[in-house]
Amino acid sequence: MINFELIFPELFLSLSIMFLLILGVFKKNSSKIIQNISLIVLLITAVIIFNETLGNEEIKLFNESIVIDYLSSFMKIITLLSAFLVLVISTSYLKAFKIFKIEYPILILSSVLGMMIMISSNDLIVFYMGLELQSLALYVLATFNRDQLKSSEAGLKYFVLSALSSGLLLYGCSLIYGFTGSTNFNVIASQLNANDYALTFGIVFVLVGLAFKISAVPFHMWAPDVYEGSPTSVTLFFTMVPKIAALTVFIRFLYVPFLDLIDQWQIILIFLSIASMLFGAIAAIGQTNLKRLVAYSSIGHVGYTLAGLATGTNDGIQSSIIYFTIYIIMNLGLFSCLLMMKRNNVYYENIEDLSGLSKNHPLLSLSLLIILFSLAGIPPLAGFFAKFYIFKSVLEQSMYFLAIVGLLSTVVAAFYYLRIIKIIYFDKEKEKYDIDHSMWLKFSLTVSTLIILFYFISPSQLIEVISKINVI
Amino acid sequence: MIEIGLGHYLTLGAVIFTIGVIGIFLNRKNIIVILMSIELILLAVNINLVSFSIYLNDLSGQVFTLFILTVAAAEAAIGLAIIVVYYRNSGTIRVEEIDKLKG
Repeated sequence: MINFELIFPELFLSLSIMFLLILGVFKKNSSKIIQNISLIVLLITAVIIFNETLGNEEIKLFNESIVIDYLSSFMKIITLLSAFLVLVISTSYLKAFKIFKIEYPILILSSVLGMMIMISSNDLIVFYMGLELQSLALYVLATFNRDQLKSSEAGLKYFVLSALSSGLLLYGCSLIYGFTGSTNFNVIASQLNANDYALTFGIVFVLVGLAFKISAVPFHMWAPDVYEGSPTSVTLFFTMVPKIAALTVFIRFLYVPFLDLIDQWQIILIFLSIASMLFGAIAAIGQTNLKRLVAYSSIGHVGYTLAGLATGTNDGIQSSIIYFTIYIIMNLGLFSCLLMMKRNNVYYENIEDLSGLSKNHPLLSLSLLIILFSLAGIPPLAGFFAKFYIFKSVLEQSMYFLAIVGLLSTVVAAFYYLRIIKIIYFDKEKEKYDIDHSMWLKFSLTVSTLIILFYFISPSQLIEVISKINVI
Repeated sequence: MIEIGLGHYLTLGAVIFTIGVIGIFLNRKNIIVILMSIELILLAVNINLVSFSIYLNDLSGQVFTLFILTVAAAEAAIGLAIIVVYYRNSGTIRVEEIDKLKG
């Protein structure tokens, strides 16, 4: 007897998507209602996961193709909450561009459903289906401002490169299936034969596909273009939510079936991590567009996350998850500031538009200062602790080279964060921006800034939650 | 007579896969060709999976193939829709002219 309670969150979400689609078809001008219902659906799903599955032992369903454990429940809750915040703060932006349509929340819901399936997957087929459900919704989201050339070009580029990466990933899946005889992660783990070169090829192909999805160097080339071209609210979604799911799959794929082949994939992960950290730091220096800059900085942060995964220990995985959680909070704050930079319904996204912000908007500048300092990793803000945990677990495995490169790229990256702060505080002031922001936008900026600022008072709380994640 | 075995099918799959990947990178003319190359890649994966499935006497490879076919159809539909939207905005689908976003 299958325990349907455990996949109740997914069932609820998919039924709500169908209901919302039908509501959108039959009721005229229902964008606002659908937006609100979607927000409630996201919250209810998070609550169901929190109540039903968070405390449970590891359980596998449907012929062991879906796994419900603490890692999956935790990541699902983070996905749902960040999707909720993205949806709630993007309303005024969408209205200004006249793209406040029923499809937007529904597409976000369906990509979240895909991510939840990805997070729970314990089988190559389920993993692929979740990945595609998520990607297909994201293609459309990137093109959402469809009368604008930039947005449609971003969607086109994202579609071509993402489809290519899915193809590579699938080819890897087929090789793994062929040489182990199963698509199930646990069966694969028991059928491993370390001398099989075809299997190594398969792992490399799948890793390439996954690295595309989290935009690690050298598979990052889509990220700056897509981030710049898509509507800002969609960029915010791209920088946070799909990467949570891809990170979870990264962890599960490497540590469940292929833990015994760690010698073969560890070096790839170290390379990806070093390349991303360095490239993210250096390429961001010359940027003038804030969204492009965020793209490069997110490439760099993915590098640090991968450094934690490369260690091959539980500590490393936990510090990666802590790092990414804190990164999401910082990113949310940064984008809330970006969404506040508007004058008469025109949004500004260049770095020079920030010049002299401190004279007209002291509070906004102060929170931007805190967020940028934290992204640069300056103590005692949350970003420093995140980097500290990563370096600690990397050093414990005596991977000194990785740690040194990481520290050096932190220094380089600090340059461009500090340059923005200099522009905000010491350059000539411009016209005032509007101050009639929505309540939720102010809320998310305040909360994320406060969390970053006061994280050091009790860092043990987040650690306690995350230390229950045991993959190995 | 040569007997056609697993190796031949895998070689066929690898060749088609390579043609698809090269088609994406070398193509400078038309986005539709890229769409076709993506289909080729997925086709190569299907050949691989089906031949493995026969060889291993295990059905899940064929089930996987069916899923991939469905997803490929959905992907092509969305891809074509995006290309139409792009064409309406820019008036061209030549690959070398897709360069508005650069930095």
